[in-house]
Amino acid sequence: MIKLLFNYLIFPGFLFSAVIGFLAGWLERKISARIQWRKGPPWYQNFVDFLKLLGKETIVPQGAKLTFLLSPFMGLLSVILVSTILGLSIRLPLESFMGDLIVVLYLLVIPAIALIVGASSSGNPLASIGASREMKLVLAYELPFILSVITAVIKSGGAIQLGLILNHQLSFGSNIISLSGVIAFIVAIICLQAKLGLVPFDVSEAEQEIMAGTLIEYSGLPLAIFKLTKAILLYTIPVLLIVLFLGKDLSPAFLVAKYIGILLVIILIKNTNPRLRIDQTLKFFWGSATILAIVAVILALWGY
Amino acid sequence: MNLKLKALTKSLWVFHAACSPCNNCDIEILDLLTPRYDVERFGITLAASIRHADVLLVTGVPNYKTKERLKRLYQQAPKPCLVVAVGSCACGRVCFKDSYNSPCAVDEVVPVSAYIPGCPPKPEAIIAGILKLIKSLKI
Repeated sequence: MIKLLFNYLIFPGFLFSAVIGFLAGWLERKISARIQWRKGPPWYQNFVDFLKLLGKETIVPQGAKLTFLLSPFMGLLSVILVSTILGLSIRLPLESFMGDLIVVLYLLVIPAIALIVGASSSGNPLASIGASREMKLVLAYELPFILSVITAVIKSGGAIQLGLILNHQLSFGSNIISLSGVIAFIVAIICLQAKLGLVPFDVSEAEQEIMAGTLIEYSGLPLAIFKLTKAILLYTIPVLLIVLFLGKDLSPAFLVAKYIGILLVIILIKNTNPRLRIDQTLKFFWGSATILAIVAVILALWGY
Repeated sequence: MNLKLKALTKSLWVFHAACSPCNNCDIEILDLLTPRYDVERFGITLAASIRHADVLLVTGVPNYKTKERLKRLYQQAPKPCLVVAVGSCACGRVCFKDSYNSPCAVDEVVPVSAYIPGCPPKPEAIIAGILKLIKSLKI
């Protein structure tokens, strides 16, 4: 029991992933600044932002107390659970349980749902636009993302258990070293961009048009929790991709190198692309991304 | 000095309220975000919504319409919220003092914490003003 609590709250769970997530968030801001030829914030910036938001007043819109205040915590708790499951399955691959990949996939949708629920309960028209866009975004990226995960599952012999997928890659080589693996990985990276709400697909909180959209009415503690959820997601989803596609050698140095590599790709995509409109996003994900993912699944079934 | 205030001074999120300015001050404020001045070094970024803001940055002379908006913006901001008046107009209305459409100065509507005069103030002057504001908070 104490071990479970320790896992959930401290080591692969809450504290560890929050620290890594904030540092990754700093890396994202710093590299963006360097790309724009600026100097960028100091390394502790995201921690200070979080602390500051904890100290601010929390304003709650009229008639929306419960859902408005509960939804950020709902998202945070599910993301912590995902990071715990992933961390444990990397450390002790044999102790993972049957079907934890499916649990992870379901839990990763909950932060987006929390954002939608919170934004809709705030009663702000701009927030409702943001919520509707977020909803369409979830519908758009889930299909290609799950198809690319299915490719990884087929490549590792039909295992839907993270530990088994890792073991399979340990003996047969990473899933990415094949045609279908490469295609599925590219699709997954693009979906990851949308899942994290980064630039080509950040329509739901477009700062310039709808003023932070879904987050517009949040202040103080709930806003800090949403920022924390985003930070932990920035740690969790790349690690999920590493487990699914790059699981050959997961010693700490290689793990960190792979994580930073994926992070760099995300940041470069973020800094070199303009924002797409929601209809373009939908067309992109249900068009070319889904077709690519289906091609990857078919190639994987043929054994390529 | 407590932790809350220290964190606030290290990460100021700015909401830019343009109360009928002539846009010169706004251009200088945008210069602060460019590579030459880069205020993100100090953790200062532009916030999209007033609910996220720590600093309400006001430019221009309020007229009858923007006066009400400015008051409401300050009421909507989560406290502690600082107000910075940028430009001579926001500081003291200068030559628009007797104008028919200028009912009051900025500091008659909201409590101003820092005045940065100039028409428009140079980006260096704005950075210096904000650093002085941070220093005055620390005491």
